Amino acid sequence: MLAFILKRLFYAIPTILILIVFSFLLMHSAPGGPFSSDRPLPPEVLANIEAKYHLNDPLIKQIWTYVTGVVTQFDFGPSFQYKDRTVNEIIGQGFPVTLTYGTISFLVAVFFGCALGITAALNQNSWLDYLAVGISIGAQVLPNFVMAPILVLVFTLWLGWLPGGGWNGGQWQYLIMPVIALSTSFMASIARIMRSSLLEVMHSNYIRTARAKGLTKREILFNHALKPALLPVISYLGPTFVIMITGSVVVDLYFTTGGIGQAFVNSALNRDYSVMMGITILIGCLTILFNLIVDVLYAWIDPKIKL
Amino acid sequence: MKNSYSWVLTTALTLSLSASSVLADLHPVTNEVLADEQIFTYRVGDEYASIDPQLAEDVQGGEFIRDLFEGLMNQNSDGDLVPGVATHFDVNDDNTIYTFYLRDNAKWSDGEPVTAGDFEYSWKRLADPATASPYSWFAEEMGLENVEAVMAGDMDTSELGVTALDDHTLEVRLENSMGHFPLMTTSEPTFPSPQWTVEEFGSDWTKPENIVSNGAYVLTEHVPQERSVRSRNPMYWNDEATIIERVEALVISDESAALTRYLSGELDRTEVPSGQFNQLSTSHPNETVTFPRLCNYYYFVNLTESTHPALLDPRVREALYLAIDRDVITEAILQGGEFPAYSFTPEATANFLPPANPARDLTQAERNARAVALLDEAGYGGGAEIELDLLFNTSESHSKIAIIVSQMWKQTLGVTTVLQNMEWKTFLEARSNQEFDIGRAGWCGPYNMASSFLDLMSSDHPYNDAGYVNAEVDQLLTDAKVSEDPTANFTRIEEILATENPILPIYHYAGVYMMDDSLQNWPVNNVEQKWYSRELYFTAD
Amino acid sequence: MTNVSMTNSTDTQGDVANTKGRSLWQDARRRFLQNRAAVVSLIVLMGVCLIALFGPLLAAWDNETVDWNVLGDIATLGAPSLSNGHYFGTDELGRDLYSRVVQGTQVSLMVGIVGSTIAVILGTLYGATAGYVGGKTDNIMMRIVDILMSIPYMFVLILLLVVFGRSMWLLFVGVGMISWLEMSRIVRGQTLTLKSKEYVDAALSIGVKHHVIVLRHIIPNLLGVIVIYATLLVPQMILTESFISFLGLGVQEPNTSWGALISEGASTLQYGTYWQLLFPLAFFVITLFCFFFIGDGLRDALDPKDR
Repeated sequence: MLAFILKRLFYAIPTILILIVFSFLLMHSAPGGPFSSDRPLPPEVLANIEAKYHLNDPLIKQIWTYVTGVVTQFDFGPSFQYKDRTVNEIIGQGFPVTLTYGTISFLVAVFFGCALGITAALNQNSWLDYLAVGISIGAQVLPNFVMAPILVLVFTLWLGWLPGGGWNGGQWQYLIMPVIALSTSFMASIARIMRSSLLEVMHSNYIRTARAKGLTKREILFNHALKPALLPVISYLGPTFVIMITGSVVVDLYFTTGGIGQAFVNSALNRDYSVMMGITILIGCLTILFNLIVDVLYAWIDPKIKL
Repeated sequence: MKNSYSWVLTTALTLSLSASSVLADLHPVTNEVLADEQIFTYRVGDEYASIDPQLAEDVQGGEFIRDLFEGLMNQNSDGDLVPGVATHFDVNDDNTIYTFYLRDNAKWSDGEPVTAGDFEYSWKRLADPATASPYSWFAEEMGLENVEAVMAGDMDTSELGVTALDDHTLEVRLENSMGHFPLMTTSEPTFPSPQWTVEEFGSDWTKPENIVSNGAYVLTEHVPQERSVRSRNPMYWNDEATIIERVEALVISDESAALTRYLSGELDRTEVPSGQFNQLSTSHPNETVTFPRLCNYYYFVNLTESTHPALLDPRVREALYLAIDRDVITEAILQGGEFPAYSFTPEATANFLPPANPARDLTQAERNARAVALLDEAGYGGGAEIELDLLFNTSESHSKIAIIVSQMWKQTLGVTTVLQNMEWKTFLEARSNQEFDIGRAGWCGPYNMASSFLDLMSSDHPYNDAGYVNAEVDQLLTDAKVSEDPTANFTRIEEILATENPILPIYHYAGVYMMDDSLQNWPVNNVEQKWYSRELYFTAD
Repeated sequence: MTNVSMTNSTDTQGDVANTKGRSLWQDARRRFLQNRAAVVSLIVLMGVCLIALFGPLLAAWDNETVDWNVLGDIATLGAPSLSNGHYFGTDELGRDLYSRVVQGTQVSLMVGIVGSTIAVILGTLYGATAGYVGGKTDNIMMRIVDILMSIPYMFVLILLLVVFGRSMWLLFVGVGMISWLEMSRIVRGQTLTLKSKEYVDAALSIGVKHHVIVLRHIIPNLLGVIVIYATLLVPQMILTESFISFLGLGVQEPNTSWGALISEGASTLQYGTYWQLLFPLAFFVITLFCFFFIGDGLRDALDPKDR
């Protein structure tokens, strides 16, 4: 197991390097730069600024400087857009926010998704099943940029129960709507996967045997069926966790929570190279980490799988 | 008599019962009853990029800087000059040497006195290539002596035309005569920065824990992408007159989301989304506010080689100009009290006399008929041969206007338009490479003079991406800079523009806001919208 | 699908596989037709496609002409009405919403279908090759997939759109690129099992070339998995496109898409122009529902485990 983990972590190094080079080149081929503005800067002013941020170096040297800075000092550079902040500060500020509501949404989605999926599977082809399937597909196809304004309209403007946005250090009133908007579609996917995989397990021979032995439905579910049925759910959860964190752009934009989803889109539009790189690398690392966790979990649940 | 006596009595009783300090509850000048809570919360669409006076170039940053720092002069609610840190100034006969006299009771928030040396330091900092400020071109605009050489790094900053004669006297030497120079000292790049703090903390000096400022407020909290708070500065020389205790700016990028939050009472001010003004002014008549701004919205025609050949014919350009139904755009699309534009310079600009313009007085049907005739005359009758690329940057209202204008051209002239909606940086690149036939632009005059608009028409202006060259216009602009009364020059330039149509003015902006009806004294007459939180206040309902 | 397996039957080598294959497809069709939800969905989906193709014939207005009579008071004059020809009302600019929804349907379905076709072709070829060749090549190819999977694709897509500007072509390729990796993994797994089947050995023994075996024998037998996956991929593509439109990086006006229409409709929801959200959202939701039900139906019909 340890050898497997080490091997995977070793593979992560070239992956991240490829990611850095690829994003760097892509970014620099985008039209316009961080300092192009409505009123074009006089050339001498532009030259001063580019010198300050080392943008006049050859691209290969820029990549090298960047990579060595990251590796040796964990320094992701200053933001080009926000004059008094570094990338580390921007991520340090935005990531905890995203992580907080992302994790809560994740837990909510997993809990309700599994519950919905299990209910549907155990009552296959009953009205409960159809209802659960209907709800989950409905939730999956309603884009969260539609849900967000509707939530605000109902809970803020009509009922006056919740603040319409902001973060305020993560108080619960500020968390509710972002969590609903973010978790719903993932909850739906989890419910669908849970349902079909549990159905498959319930129709398998060993469950039939268990039933023949006279075990109760509850015993069968919790002692025999659930664990193998969770495997496909878990393999879905790894990437999902990362997507929930990165896919939070809509939540950030609509509820002004100040997470890194919005920071990324802004940095891409402003050509804030260093912030864009920093967040891309962060997400890349998270993806690798969670893929690894999924594989380890997989092996833990299903001893047949060798790492 | 008896009545009023008893009223005074009851009021006095009520006041003494309810409030500990009776005086604080009345406005010192107008005697209105003030609200207990004086917290102003407003929406900003975007996070500020900087609040360093010499580095900031964005509108949001400017609003912060005017509250946190104070320059030599301020503007009052009509946009006229009033004393700031300087109480008054002298000028020599040919408007090249200004001497500003600073008040002796101005202090920084850490208690240090504000001196002429602070201004000297800051202006040199603005021009210094080491600062690498994107706004350093403003120093060039100010026309300080030796500014170009200093900015290019060929001359030391000590040679710049600004000197502190003593702690309270600042001498400014200009390259050329400039009558409106004092107006420039109300612009944020000329505001002072505290040298000791800048040098101690470097680029971190503008963070709430480090910042030292000399304005009516200090920055006390900043949560990026969410909110920032500025609180009353007790060290400010005129702190007594400040009423608003705290100003909170919330970053909300979506206009509709901001409006919802305004309506639920979370904000005191937000923008009215385009096209919603009529409806909102019916449902919230006391809260919708509209006033003219010194900004214009126009399309410019590519006159370089890469353009569509038809556009080189002034008759085609005039046809395009005439076929835009500006009333539809201002009344049906924008609906916020914007002004249909037939001239480049907004009519609200000081000392500007728009020339007689025949197009303005026609009905749209007559304009359309004339446009069709002109297109025929130019040999493009029916418009079928003309297909134009219309370039604009991503924004709901730019997109709406582009769609509507393209339909007007199509339905009136038969001219086809290909819409090129590009995100901002790509748009800038395409514009500077002349990859368009017609492009969108907007311009807010940096100061209240026609030249702040018409300078854009000079052949060497950096914003002149359209490649418009007219020697007479260049000459008129050069002459206007040294003229006592350049009004006639500006009128003449507008006349030339009206015949050659290198640009197609569409509308002049209005500030269109939802504003809490207890918020008082918003400077609606200040066309540059230089507002200061210290002049605002909330009255009790 | 049946056509492909027919072609397969002209092949002289694999008689056993062919008889089995034909009955498998017939069997699947029977099972699919028994699934009422899937059949209804298929009919509705065909209806949506018909509207996309022939809807413009019924329109009184085209998708870009402005109705000057309603402009300025959309909230009352722009409401759905049969008398002025705006069956679905108008958008904020007085353009006919019916025509725009029809046109948006064309674009969104195109994105969904072309995007998933790209993903399926790329994924299938890559996965089948890796699985068939095996050994070191397989190892390297799958390692590359692992690396690519660690790249946060939503971010890369945003970058791509920023770099190359908005273009329909790029949108297709972009959304397709995101999804082929998962496909390639599934296909590789299936190929590994198929490779050891007798008919492959038989083909090899009489000297059939490798690429012919992959194209003629392996891929046709993968069709079940591919079809299921592709059906579930289409709604993902459409959702991705809608997110891109929400960010303002979608198709160029006067063209539109469901995502763009929904996002416009959602932003004006509070001003009483509910139809601007309702109609495009209805099309969007119904279509996605259909794809999900059809996907589920196909899986039930084709998945050998359930038999």
